[in-house]
Amino acid sequence: MNHLQKMLVVMLACFILSATALVPSSWSAQPQQKNLILATTTSTQDSGLLDVLIPIFEKQTGYFVKTISVGSGQAMKMGEKGEADVLLVHSPEAEKAFMGQGFGVNRKLVMHNDFLLLGPASDPAKIHGAKSAAEALKKIAQSSSLFLSRGDNSGTHAKEKGLWKIAGIAPEGQKWFQETGLGMGETLNVAAEKHGYLLSDRGTYLALNKKRHLGMEILVAGEPKLLNIYHVIEVNPAKWPKVNTPGAKAFSDFMVSAPTQALISHFGTKEFGSPLFFPDAGKPE
Amino acid sequence: MDLILEGLVKAFQLLASLDPEVLGIAMLSLKVSGLATLISLVLGIGFGTLIALTRFPGKKILVSLVNTGMGLPPVVVGLFVSILLWRNGPLGFMELLYTPSAIIIAQSVIATPIVMGITIAAMQQLPANLRLQILALGATRTQLVWMLIKEARLPLMAGVMAGFGGVISEVGASIMVGGNVKGYTRVLTTATVMETGRGNFDVAIALSLILLLFCFVINYVLTHIQQRERPR
Amino acid sequence: MNQPANVLELKDLKVDRGGVRILEIPSFALRENEFVSLIGPNGAGKSTLLLAIMGLIRSESGSVWHRGEEVQSDASRLAFRRKIAMVLQEPLLFDSTVYENVASGLKIRGVGRAEIHDRVQNYLERFKLSDLARRSARKLSGGEARRVSLARAFAVEPELIFFDEPFANLDAPTRQSLTEDMDRIIRDKGIAAILVTHDQSEALRMSSRVVVLNGGKVIQDGSPAAVMNAPVNEFVANFVGMETILEAVVLSNREQRMAVRVGDHEIDAIGGQLQGEAVYCCIRPENVTVSMNDPAHTTSARNVFPAVIVEIASLGPFLRLRLDCGFPLTSFVTRESFVTLGLSQGGRVYASFKATSVHPISKREG
Repeated sequence: MNHLQKMLVVMLACFILSATALVPSSWSAQPQQKNLILATTTSTQDSGLLDVLIPIFEKQTGYFVKTISVGSGQAMKMGEKGEADVLLVHSPEAEKAFMGQGFGVNRKLVMHNDFLLLGPASDPAKIHGAKSAAEALKKIAQSSSLFLSRGDNSGTHAKEKGLWKIAGIAPEGQKWFQETGLGMGETLNVAAEKHGYLLSDRGTYLALNKKRHLGMEILVAGEPKLLNIYHVIEVNPAKWPKVNTPGAKAFSDFMVSAPTQALISHFGTKEFGSPLFFPDAGKPE
Repeated sequence: MDLILEGLVKAFQLLASLDPEVLGIAMLSLKVSGLATLISLVLGIGFGTLIALTRFPGKKILVSLVNTGMGLPPVVVGLFVSILLWRNGPLGFMELLYTPSAIIIAQSVIATPIVMGITIAAMQQLPANLRLQILALGATRTQLVWMLIKEARLPLMAGVMAGFGGVISEVGASIMVGGNVKGYTRVLTTATVMETGRGNFDVAIALSLILLLFCFVINYVLTHIQQRERPR
Repeated sequence: MNQPANVLELKDLKVDRGGVRILEIPSFALRENEFVSLIGPNGAGKSTLLLAIMGLIRSESGSVWHRGEEVQSDASRLAFRRKIAMVLQEPLLFDSTVYENVASGLKIRGVGRAEIHDRVQNYLERFKLSDLARRSARKLSGGEARRVSLARAFAVEPELIFFDEPFANLDAPTRQSLTEDMDRIIRDKGIAAILVTHDQSEALRMSSRVVVLNGGKVIQDGSPAAVMNAPVNEFVANFVGMETILEAVVLSNREQRMAVRVGDHEIDAIGGQLQGEAVYCCIRPENVTVSMNDPAHTTSARNVFPAVIVEIASLGPFLRLRLDCGFPLTSFVTRESFVTLGLSQGGRVYASFKATSVHPISKREG
């Protein structure tokens, strides 16, 4: 072997050594089934609910939960590819398609909260007191008032699209309709700055408003179509054998268990005066 | 404007109070990027020296590839590494996705070409006859390589710093392969993006200030190194 | 044989580059204490020769011998290199202190700390560098850097030392003092040396032997006097500063006393060529005397010619006069003489030189 080859071998050895030095921590400390990958949405994560629930779950069961928060669409894609073990999402139409294609099992209702139509106090489109969200949206479109959309295929965005459909309006491309492509918090900030209307979930709005007063008003709320419903879905092990099935089941059971549901019902009351989520486990859809 | 001022004030408060979560994130950034830089140091200087000092067919092409690698967009690296590490990917069995190790791997891939490229340039800039002089002094091959590396130590250090600077401030790879899991794979950059998305500008600014501080220190050292004269 | 084996011997050394043979040395030997100057024009192969001896470039064939043992394997080559030192044109110091630089060769050889300290101090002193020991190599003047590179080479106490144009780009006083320091050490320690240089005066001063290289081959190898005064062909003659080279035909030759015809003139010379042969007559300018009056009957010089000063050029301490005697003749005179004699361009003088100063070279030789 000449010098060049010798050095190449040495280099390769170094590379392999350094690579293996990194791996033991995940190999020995956390044997295969201890890891649980939970795919959920940014709004769920941002509400802070999981920061309360996950540690309790981990303590009870010993699983190490990796909460990957992305948009609903991406969360379900992860489930489709078997890259997540369990999903906590709130996009019912998409979820039904997901289940229909056999990617998930044991879809259970967990909780709900609601969406709000928010806007500037001056309410130029005069949507305050509208009987339905769809009606409000029609007014906004007719008055060409500025509307901010997340435009990121998140659960919120999906809900919003559904409402535009009901209103019979195609807002894309219109000058008053702006898509930020950003998360809920950011979009709220943008709407506040620009004095525009938007659809937001209650939890994120309350949390953000507490931090810095946004100067917006809740204009339409409480309508059944504005409900935001959360389900927990286990990824189908038949499609993806590598999935951590016992872990997924444990999490799913945990989310609908009585103690957890009680926790959910109290979450946020201290800070915001009203709970951010309403537990629904066991109720009919 | 108020937003920024408010954020700055709260940021300083957070930092002054040594908020444990913020500190934890900063430490993790240092550890992860530090380890990745260490790996890139070994591989980059090792292979870089080898390439610079040996003659072989296709050398020019290889050096071009390395130089191209210096500009690899982190998010692209993140994408390819995550594809490798997915459960159903070739290295899925190693269960490395969404772990700090995954970030270290991705950042090593980003930093190594940087260190390698700068090493090659630095070694090739040594006086052509220095090699002869060292051999004439009776050095063995090993002693020769060691002495050349010592001679080029300043630009090599600059290369390592450049590598570190590149990875501590990247977010694309960290988010993709790390998953931004709280207390586990959440680093300065990913945390900043998340907090901004949530509208928590005070925290985002605090994190950014820490990151800026790191970048400044790196740059200061780099500048200091570059201002020295060359030996005769 | 009681004689100790040669410090260095080359047998049949051939080096090619790009398909062209750039060095061809059938044999070469260097004895203890010998100081050889290797002179020749650019591209003659001087540096190549040094590098080939050290095994720093590949040779097509040939062998290098050290004290009777062939230097062949990697191990023996390394051991050989550790007995030699080489000083190149640029100082090529390391980015550390003067002390560290001078110690580097010793460190490479694994010499102990205490001994390194002693030796480095010794050589720092010899090269007047003691005050600069802690100075960074980056902050040295040209002369100081050169001294450090010399100290570094000598500190390893080599048996054999190579210099490749070590004094290029230095001013005269620096050259002078460095050459003296070096010379002293080389004589004290009995080191054999090869000095590659452009500068013949340097070659003359320091060496006991001069080797002229051109086109990769040894053209002449002998004592300085032999090379300077008895160049073996026109090329050497030109190179060593025979300013006057005249084409001539031998008219007669009796017992080495020759008469040759140059143009319309007859010149007396000493040499071995036969009547009718075509030769080059070489005359060193130092050997041509200029006088205002005809010295014909008062001088032992056989050759006296009236001449006109055609061109005057300054060469520092003396002047070069180009004379026209009916054939071109070059002479060196001191400034003093120039002034004393009241010489000037266009002036008429008498040029004289001895027969023994005329060195004829056969035209076909070389």
